[in-house]
Amino acid sequence: MTASDPKSPPMIDIRDVSKSFTLHNQGSATIPVMEAASLAVAPGECVGLVGASGAGKSTLMRLIYGNYLAASGQILIGGLDVARAEPREILELRRKTLGYVSQFLRVVPRVSTLDVVAEPLLSVDTPADQARDRAASLLAELNIPERLWALSPTTFSGGEQQRVNIARGFAYDYPAMLLDEPTASLDARNRATVLGLIEAAKARGAAIIGIFHDEAARTQVCDRFIDVSAFSPRRAA
Amino acid sequence: MHPLLQVNNIRKMYGHRIGCTDVSFDLFPGEVMGIVGESGSGKSTLLNCLAGHLETDGGEVIFDTRDRGPVDTLTMSEPERRMLGRTDWAFVHQHARDGLRMSVSAGGNIGERLMAVGGRHYGNIRASAIDWLDRVEIEENRVDDRPSAFSGGMQQRLQIARNLVTGPRLVFMDEPTGGLDVSVQARLLDLLRGLVREMGLSAIIVTHDLAVVRLLADRLMVMKSGHVVETGLTDQVLDDPQHAYTQLLVSSVLQV
Repeated sequence: MTASDPKSPPMIDIRDVSKSFTLHNQGSATIPVMEAASLAVAPGECVGLVGASGAGKSTLMRLIYGNYLAASGQILIGGLDVARAEPREILELRRKTLGYVSQFLRVVPRVSTLDVVAEPLLSVDTPADQARDRAASLLAELNIPERLWALSPTTFSGGEQQRVNIARGFAYDYPAMLLDEPTASLDARNRATVLGLIEAAKARGAAIIGIFHDEAARTQVCDRFIDVSAFSPRRAA
Repeated sequence: MHPLLQVNNIRKMYGHRIGCTDVSFDLFPGEVMGIVGESGSGKSTLLNCLAGHLETDGGEVIFDTRDRGPVDTLTMSEPERRMLGRTDWAFVHQHARDGLRMSVSAGGNIGERLMAVGGRHYGNIRASAIDWLDRVEIEENRVDDRPSAFSGGMQQRLQIARNLVTGPRLVFMDEPTGGLDVSVQARLLDLLRGLVREMGLSAIIVTHDLAVVRLLADRLMVMKSGHVVETGLTDQVLDDPQHAYTQLLVSSVLQV
């Protein structure tokens, strides 16, 4: 099977997903935010989410990652329905199948940058030296100076933290990936590196859903686009 | 995979008042579960029932023992339960002095648990005590000092070393970072996180501190008035809480 085989079963298959928030402490107001969202992504394909700010791009990403609880529908990633899975199944999915690169790094104090990046590999039992080698080459590619690798990224600049986060997100070869603004606020050189990483992930068969405000970036890596405004709940007349 | 611990319908009454009721869950090997709720929610009562420190008014706590497979620890013989408490189970108290022997040296506190499971060779016991002091970041030259000469954070780290030295499979923790300075808490959390991963421990952590569970727990159980009101993946419960009480709890945390 090649990455572009049109007959590949979708790696990510979202069917009829809806989401609402009930604010119990504000008069139990229920706010529907998404209705009948459906989309499928095949291995080797990159789908860009588009739509105005507030249309629900990030909400959809969080639903897919299991960070938000879907009200109804199915979210199948490699066959597991995230909308119904047990916590330990979702955690295993996040370790082995589904990666998420967000704009912000959640750092644990006192853990070195090299280990922050190597951690996804270590958690799937990659030998430590191999994991650190891979982490080191990613950090070098993303222009994080070697003298910083032994330090915790807590004190790094926003841009450096973002690049550490990207290195971490690409350390392990996830079969499915969610990318939330991976190129935002990067300089040209680092932006090109990140786009290269995304293209390499596609080439090895990763199914990717991304949010890119950078239009040149999205035309370069995305195979097609989904406008999430189509999933906005119809307002009751 | 079989659950390490199966908890079925645990119930504890204090007279007519509910301590906790209808609590059921399975805990799998390597899983860390946080129990959160305000004071009086029943979370500590539950933890003490599970660990056998409090008598329950009903339910089962089935532990997958090494030699006999799944056994209800609530109906186990007292010597058997005590043995479990020294080998496969560990309990980290909020106040280190409840879990340490304050009149015995640091090395003795760690060695004592090894001796209770048959360790006899003084040199080996002392060597593992020193090894464990190092793992919890206490200098080797403090091995003969009593814990009363230690700071609160060090005492808590010593308590953790004493508990983990026998390689338990299940650790109960009651507010392990409660009462410590914030900077000391961060260090302890980081240490616990490393040990839990490295040793593949299963753990049940009771705390009212949501930052603690965010960092340590795979999944959460939220309690209110003795009842479980919500369960789920930790980040999902904290970022998309479903129950009114959980929403209140999450929104009450001050943003720094």
